[in-house]
Amino acid sequence: MSATLAGGTVAVVQVVLAVVAAPLLLGVVRQVRAVLEGRAGAGVLQPWRDLRKLCAKETLQAAGTTPVQWLAPGAVLVTGVMLAALVPTVATAGIARLPADLFVVVSVLLVGTVALGLLGLDAGTAFGGMGSSRHLTIAALVEPTVLLAVYALSVPVGSTSLGLIVAGRAADPSRVVAPAGVLAVVALAVAVIAETARLPVDNPATHLELTMVHEAMVLESSGRDLAALELGSWLRLSVLLALVANLVLPWGVAMHVTAGALALGVVAVVAKTCLLGAVLGAVEVFLAKVRLFRVPDLLTGSFVLAFLAVTGSFVIG
Amino acid sequence: MALETRPPMSPEADPQAVALLAGLALLSAVVLVWRGPGASPRAPLVLQGAALSGLVLLAGLVDRDPRVVIAALLAFVLKAVVLPALVDRGGDAVGPGRPVDRGRSPARSLLLVAGLVVLGYVVARPLGAIVPGPAGRAVAAGMALLLVGFLLLVTGDRVRAQLVGFLTLDNGISTTALLAAGGVPLVVEIGVSLDLLLVVLVLRVLAERVTLAFGGSDPGSVRELREVRD
Repeated sequence: MSATLAGGTVAVVQVVLAVVAAPLLLGVVRQVRAVLEGRAGAGVLQPWRDLRKLCAKETLQAAGTTPVQWLAPGAVLVTGVMLAALVPTVATAGIARLPADLFVVVSVLLVGTVALGLLGLDAGTAFGGMGSSRHLTIAALVEPTVLLAVYALSVPVGSTSLGLIVAGRAADPSRVVAPAGVLAVVALAVAVIAETARLPVDNPATHLELTMVHEAMVLESSGRDLAALELGSWLRLSVLLALVANLVLPWGVAMHVTAGALALGVVAVVAKTCLLGAVLGAVEVFLAKVRLFRVPDLLTGSFVLAFLAVTGSFVIG
Repeated sequence: MALETRPPMSPEADPQAVALLAGLALLSAVVLVWRGPGASPRAPLVLQGAALSGLVLLAGLVDRDPRVVIAALLAFVLKAVVLPALVDRGGDAVGPGRPVDRGRSPARSLLLVAGLVVLGYVVARPLGAIVPGPAGRAVAAGMALLLVGFLLLVTGDRVRAQLVGFLTLDNGISTTALLAAGGVPLVVEIGVSLDLLLVVLVLRVLAERVTLAFGGSDPGSVRELREVRD
């Protein structure tokens, strides 16, 4: 099989898996949280039912809105799909022409973030503007951390390609417990939580005016647009969680593009990501949202961890 | 017991374990700064003490020296059990009418820590070059721990915060000494540990009395001199 064809196969498998599984992962997180809080919960399939319901509804756009209102949801969805294709979730071989490079991945993340921010501003409502402002503040603090954390992970491998980093960790498991690696993964996990608007940075289960970030920006969207926004942000969460899972437990990721290896990779990444999602849901039960003005402290902390990881990976090893 | 000097930690020690333990000690110091003076310092201090005594234990196991293993156990009891519990007890208890959150952001201290750690790495470079094996690389973490301890000591405005800085500083010195020179002889180690225990106890008593007299050990809230009568 030629390299291009192999890369294409991997990308298609990863995208299909991510689109099918992302709503289910959200269902798992919500269900774990509900059970731990003593509620019955809506079931794992509820996010899929929500998406179907939203797609069947009429898409309304407020008077005075610009084409951003329908372009931004598309951009968020497309960047989510691109992330799913780029990040090594099932296999480490990506599309040859589009390297799963750290900088490419961070720019794709940023495109989605900016699209969402513009959408919040577009309708001209107070909540949307507040949400965008908070969202971009957090993004400005998170992106450097993501860059630094993955850079620290890339030092022992000598490449900023995420596929090679995951493959390197699978080949040499002692890297997983190396201090610099542990610090970088912790910093990356905090950054991922902030990037995907989970507790303690943003509470995805509330529409409280004073605190909402993500929900404030999508208030004016409805129908298909809202479905695209939701699916896009769920894709972002699942792919980033799968990346963290693959960095912590790099086993099972397909190194070669064969049917058996890919099947094993799919099973492994689903199991790992579900486990991580359940942990996320369980941890969120015990967390309260931090004050908005405390969020920079949290993110500075994770930035310093990432910085220590970079310096430590050169000095201590 | 003779006051012989021991050779530095054997280069055969598992580099991964040495790096992990030294890194954990440094990480606990960063966590102390991150959580600020308001939070309980107990868990990070326990982690720090456990990582340090783990390093001593590792040295003892590699050299097959039972005395070093005993020293490791002593260090664990003192630095991971007794001292953190003493530091955390009473004194600066949050009483009624006392603001829990002082509202000072740890962001600036954290960035300072990042700078100090780099400084520690740079300073430890010539030292690390002459120590063979994994200990030579990890000595940088000990030096960084020492500098972060200084920062905690200088910026702490309450007795507990200063004690935390003092303990971190001492742990940094011990880590650096252990990694660079195989640690100090057991007699000196025991003497230093007793000193440390005494310092913590004396400061603790002092803090109790200051708290009784002024209602807190924060110099920022002290405005007048008062005589304490027994």
